[in-house]
Order: sequence, then structure tokens, then C-alpha cells
Amino acid sequence: MVGNAVFRVEGLRKSFGRNEVLGGISLELHSGQVTVLMGANGAGKSTLVKIISGVYERGGGTMTLADQDFAPNTPAEAIRAGVVTVHQNINDGVVADLDVATNLTLDRLSGKGVPTLFNPARVRREAKAVADRMGLAIDLKARVNDLSLADRQMVAIARALAHQPKVLILDEPTSSLSSAEADRLFALVDRLREQGVAILYISHRMSDIRRLADRIVSMRDGVISGAFDTKPLDYEGAVNAMLGRKIHLDQIVARSSAKPVLTVEGLRIGLGARPISLTLGDGEVVAITGLVGVGKTALAETLFGVRKPLTGTMTMNGKPYAPRSAGDAIAAGVFLVAKDRATSGIVSGFNIERNVSLPFLKRMSTLGVLKRRLERATARRQIEELSIVCRSEKDEMSALSGGNQQKVMVARWMAQNAALFILDEPFQGVDISARRDIAAKLRASANGRATLLFVTELDEALETADRILVMSEHTIVGEHRNAEVDLDRLLAEVAGGPLHSAA
Amino acid sequence: MTLRDHAIRYGFIVLLFGLVAYFAIAADGFVSPQSAVFIFQSVAITGVLALGVTATLVVGGFDLSIGSVATSAMMAAAYVMVVLEQNAVVAVVVCLLIGAIVGLINGWLIVYMRVPDLLATLGMMFLLVGLQRIPTEGRSIATGMTMPDGSVANGKFGDAFLALGRHRFDFFIPNLIPVSVVVLLVLALLIWFFLEYTRFGRMMYAVGSNERAAELAGAPVKAYKIWAYVISGVFASIGGILLAARLGRGDIASGNNLLLDAVAAALIGYAVLGAAKPNAFGTAVGALFVGILLQGLTMMNAPYYTQDFVKGVVLVVALVFTFALSGRGRG
Ligand SMILES: Nc1ncnc2c1ncn2[C@@H]1O[C@H](COP(=O)(O)OP(=O)(O)OP(=O)(O)O)[C@@H](O)[C@H]1O
Ligand SMILES: [Mg+2]
Repeated sequence: MVGNAVFRVEGLRKSFGRNEVLGGISLELHSGQVTVLMGANGAGKSTLVKIISGVYERGGGTMTLADQDFAPNTPAEAIRAGVVTVHQNINDGVVADLDVATNLTLDRLSGKGVPTLFNPARVRREAKAVADRMGLAIDLKARVNDLSLADRQMVAIARALAHQPKVLILDEPTSSLSSAEADRLFALVDRLREQGVAILYISHRMSDIRRLADRIVSMRDGVISGAFDTKPLDYEGAVNAMLGRKIHLDQIVARSSAKPVLTVEGLRIGLGARPISLTLGDGEVVAITGLVGVGKTALAETLFGVRKPLTGTMTMNGKPYAPRSAGDAIAAGVFLVAKDRATSGIVSGFNIERNVSLPFLKRMSTLGVLKRRLERATARRQIEELSIVCRSEKDEMSALSGGNQQKVMVARWMAQNAALFILDEPFQGVDISARRDIAAKLRASANGRATLLFVTELDEALETADRILVMSEHTIVGEHRNAEVDLDRLLAEVAGGPLHSAA
Repeated sequence: MTLRDHAIRYGFIVLLFGLVAYFAIAADGFVSPQSAVFIFQSVAITGVLALGVTATLVVGGFDLSIGSVATSAMMAAAYVMVVLEQNAVVAVVVCLLIGAIVGLINGWLIVYMRVPDLLATLGMMFLLVGLQRIPTEGRSIATGMTMPDGSVANGKFGDAFLALGRHRFDFFIPNLIPVSVVVLLVLALLIWFFLEYTRFGRMMYAVGSNERAAELAGAPVKAYKIWAYVISGVFASIGGILLAARLGRGDIASGNNLLLDAVAAALIGYAVLGAAKPNAFGTAVGALFVGILLQGLTMMNAPYYTQDFVKGVVLVVALVFTFALSGRGRG
């Protein structure tokens, strides 16, 4: 194996202040192979990627690309050398104010040998070529700002691929993609692999890893803790190496609830959509699954009062419930962990403590004056509770790894007791063990409230919920008790199967 | 902390002391009670305006109308007392109302009419600059002036009102601290406490940093934004009251520099103690900085245009401190 590594990293180190994040990483990428890098939240994966792609300076070690020394000072240099990266925080990868076409061709607009004049026709032509090559079905004139996160992600990836890379790095590319979009990405990765590109793929999703991996490298606390390259790949071994212990999965005992908390009747959330009726019970964890874009977020936002239903009524604990704003919902005990933390959750100017307390400032103050000690104590408790990897509650959010930022978002809303707790894609970017942890905590604390999860990944629903509802075309088309689930029926419903089987 | 962290944190404070030391040596009479009074006085009015604009910066907005709100308030105070012959209390109330109403309109334009903040407040600035001249057809207001209809205005500034601008409290040295400085200190403390220690202030910062996140955390985002402009308007009108009290008349030509000086003070405030965000303490220090700079340059007989130039340089340096040095990333 040794001879044909196109890209080699040796003894790479990096510290932030006194905090050593990478403690001598050595890694090889081979052309025509997908190397999957696994590691718990905060292990240092994204930091490694940012060094390779020229975003961060390294603290020590060497990198070689095709036996040449590789030391990019800027991201542009790395890209020119053929090392192309799609970062975890995809807003780094697109320019929100420009349209899709310009984004796709952005890197050709600067650099040597580019005509000074901006030629819109040429831009559109080139962008169309890039989009076609990827099977990207997005309006090229749309502004990136107006796209969903999933579409933005596809644009970022397409943009990266427009470079014809020698080495391609994908840092959690599927965390906000639907399975159809993920499939398209996988097909693309397959094609690039055949063309001899060396690919480094980072993900917490086992299904991605199973689908793509030729080799797996596990890392833990900034060092490589295992490498697996004999087929069949030892997935369990890789997970154990990244966690440093064995992971165990408690079988879910599906509960049912006698006492309804929320009753929804005849709720219509989209033009032409069939009305939704559902009941959520006390102590019950219900997951709603379905493809991206079938109205899961719309339903979550309707329950949370930030979107008006077309028709329908809701009842909470016997009383009519018609929130007109998030403030109303929170006052009624309805909490929402919103999807896409960067846009709708994180206040980047605030540290962890202030992010956690944000929705409950009223309860944490007297006569408007904040009780800072209570605030700090709450943040510390929540950091402990969800095992958030950080130095202290005063850390800025930007100093946290992606998964830990997500945990802060969940921690924020778990700090107080809810009557109805809604979580929209709460596991985005969270590692396997933390995901199980959070699921277990949700189940353990479920009594006294109704819990409603929106997840695209079926596995996450199966691991967490007592009851699974399936959404398609802005309405609920199926219901399953999480005991002996008829997976075929469920998958058919997800795929938008015959509606007459609907509940 | 590294050297750079220290530079970011204390750089501007050191610069401030350096400036004082320099003027103390270079400008005769800089270290004197008279010059202190002058600095305080000029700091006070800019400072009050700057604190107001800080509130709008906190919610991610900007208020370009503060200068014209202040001059409108000044003209209104003069009009109420000189032409309408009312007392000081009425004048003050009218001014505050003007500030609050302008703030409400600004907020409404920005929040409900979706006019970008810079444009809305710029429009308001033009509107007020014109409006304040209509009642007197462009003339300054002073006791004994002839009104457009030929009558003579006989009212005068009440003593209580003038005291706001001219009375000085003893502080070690007799007659040292003007009332306006006390007003500034009180307002600075108030807004500092409000922003740092109350949930309303906290939410305003959240609104400025990520509006959607703040909304999903239950904040009435629109109300917070409108309130920020009301605070800004009211503070600007207080500045106008102090200005009128100092001048003793409604002077159409004064207050030209108020907007730029106040904005400079607030932006310099970003750099103080490495805050990298709008904050009351920084704004107060920024106002002091601008005041000292102007007084020092004046005493060194620098022509007025070099003053603007130096002010600009200082502002640019402050912005570099804030945005480049504290920039994250390459760690
Ligand atoms: N800019 C920064 N300043 C200080 N510490 C940082 C910074 N960026 C990352 N860290 C720390 O470095 C560690 C590794 O972070 P990194 O983002 O590389 O993790 P990761 O493996 O990508 O995790 P995840 O799976 O959650 O994305 C974390 O403990 C994080 O707190
Ligand atoms: Mg990461």
C-alpha cells in the first residue's frame, strides 16, 4: 500500500492556545480510494481538514502531495494545487448574496488568465455545464440566500468539484441532505473514485460509511487510534477505536401513553395538502420521518407558532392552543430545537452560557435584571448533562466543534421542563455515541411532557421513538408503533407510496 | 494571553493615555481646569448621542438621523420658550417627545416598511433638517427676533433651562463639572447597566447577532428593534436640549459635527477593551477620546480641517484594532 499514496500527512500538530487539538496525526490518502475518517465530536477532524485546506496554520508536521512538499498558505493555494475541500460549515463554501451560477463559477472569476470583464452569458454557460455534470436540479438564477440548506450544500459540493481535484475532502457532506440527494452525492463520489481522485470522507452516519468506505481511519482526542483497510471492513472495530470503548445499544421498549398532551385536528400546512390530525401523549416520544421537503419543518414551525396553519385547531392539555409567535409557544411550554443551527439557533456573538440561557431570560431574571449566577450554574449543568466538549461555559461558540455546537442547541432547550418538546433534526453532526446519549436522555426525561422529533434518517427514529409517523406531501401518511415495524410499508410511505394506505 | 491579546484589549486605553501625555507636553495649558471643562462639555453632547446610536448598533442597525434630531430638539426648545413663551419643563418635554416620535417613525420604517436602516434614517435626517427651519423660515431663534409674520418673539430661555448647559458643580476645584457631564454619566451608567445586566439588553445583542435565532428563542424582534430607535431618538433629543442650553438660542448653524463625532465615538468603542461589539463603556471612552483629541488639536492651533483628518485617522485605526487584530481564524 505504501507506494501509491498521493497525499501524505505526517506528525501534524495543532493547538489553540494551550489546548492541543491535534497531537501528531499521520494519514495517507490513496488515489482511487475513499478513506473515511471517523472520530467523536471534538476529536479534531475539522481542524485537520482546515489545516490541509490552508484555512489554519499548522503547529508542526509535514504534508506531501504527490511526493512534493505541500504547504498551502491560503485556501486558494490548496485549491490550485488540486486539494479541494467542502467544509462542515457550508456557509463557508458559498457566497450567500450571489446567485447559484456565479457561485458555481466563482473560482474562475479570479486568478490568472481570466478576462477582466465579467461576461454573464459565459458564466451561465459554464455554470450550466458544472450543474449538469453533477445532475444539480437547482435554478441557476436563484440567490443562494434563498436556498434550503440542502440545496446550498449541493451548490458547495458542485463548486468544489468544478475544480477537477486530485484530492477531495468532504467534511460531513450529508448531514443536511435527504437520502435522494445523498444518493446523488454517492454516485458522484463513485465516479470520482474511478477517475482516480483520492477522497477523504468525514461522517457520523454509518449508512454513508458502509456505502463508501474503502478504508477507515479512526481518530480520538487528536491522535489516530485505528486504521482499517482489510475487507470486509471492521465497522464495529472502527467505532470502538474512535470512542475508546464499546458502544452498546439498548433495545427500545415502545411505550404508549394514556394521557394526551397535544391534540391536533384538521391542520393544513400547505396549499392543497390534506389535513393532519394527531395526538401526542404524555411520556411518549414520537418521531416524524420523511424526505427533505415534505413539510416536516413546516409542521414543526406551525406547532411552535412561527408559521400560521391554513386551517385546523390545536389543543394543549385540554385548553385551546393557538400560538401567534415563538414567545407564545414558549410561554405555553412548547419548545423547539430548530433545524440548521447556524442560521436559526446559534447566536455567534454569545458564548455557550449565553446561548443556553437565551430563551429563558425571563425566568432567569428579577425585574428584568439577569441572575448571572443562575445562568452560569444552568450552563454548567447542561454542559455536564450533555457532555459538551469545551474548556468552560465561557467558550465562544466558534471554538466548539460542529457536533458540540449542536449539543449546545439541544442543551439550551433541555434546561427547562417543557409540556411539548419538539426537536427538528436534532442529531445533525452529532456522533454516534452522543446521539445515543441524547436519545436516552430524551427518553429518560420524557415523563410529564410529549416529545416530538423530526428526523430524515430512519435509523434515528428507530433508535429513539415509541411511535413513528411518516410524512409525505405536507401530510401524515403512516403510523407505526416502534415494536415490530413493517419496514417495507414504512419505506413505501416515505417514498410517497400509495396514499390509500395512509392513517 | 499573548502579546497580541493584550494589544487588542488595552491598545486603545494606552493610546488614550498617550494622547493625554502628548498634549500635556506639547500644548500649553492643556492640563488646566478650563481645558478640562471644555473637554467635558464637548464630550457630553457627543457622548449622549453616541450612547443612543450604540443602542441601534447593538440590534444590528444604524441611526444617521441623530444629529438632525439633536438640532431639531434644539430648535424646538428655543421655539417653545422664545416664541410660544412656555417654561423650561414644557420645552424639555416637547424635545423628548420629538425624539421618541422620530425614533418610532424610524423603527416603523425599518421594521414594517422594510426600508434599509441607513436609507430610512438618512431620509429622516433630510426631513428633519428641512422641517426644523420651516417655522422660522430658516432663521435662528433668539429673544427679540422678528417672526415671518412681522411680530416680535419676546419669550426667553428660562434660567432653569440655561442651567442645564451652564451650571457647573464643584469637584475638588470649584465650578469644574458641567451639568451636561453629569447627565452623560447618568445616561452612560443607565445604558451600560441596561445592556449588560438586563434581559432586554441581552436580547438586543441577540437580535443584532442572529435575528432568526432570537425570534425562535421567543423574542419580539420587531419591538426590540423599534425600541432601539426610540432610545436613539430620545438620547439624541437630550443631546439637543443640552446643546440649546449651552448656546442659549436656537442656532441654525450649530451641531454640524454631532453625527460624525458621535458615530466615531461609538465605533471607537468597539475597540475599547477588545469588546469587538457596540458597548456603552467603550462608547463613553470613545467620546472622551474624540473630545480630548479635538481640544488638544485646538489648543495646538491646528486648523479645523486637520482636525477632521486626524479624527478620521483615529477612527480607521480603531476599526483596524477591532476587525483585523481580533479577527479569528489563523489562530
Ligand atoms: N477556533 C478554535 N479555537 C479554540 N478551540 C477550537 C477552535 N476550533 C476548534 N477548537 C477545538 O478543537 C477541538 C476539535 O474541534 P474540531 O472541530 O476539529 O472537531 P471535529 O472532530 O470536527 O468534531 P465534530 O464531529 O463535532 O465536527 C474541539 O475541542 C474544539 O473545541
Ligand atoms: Mg467537525
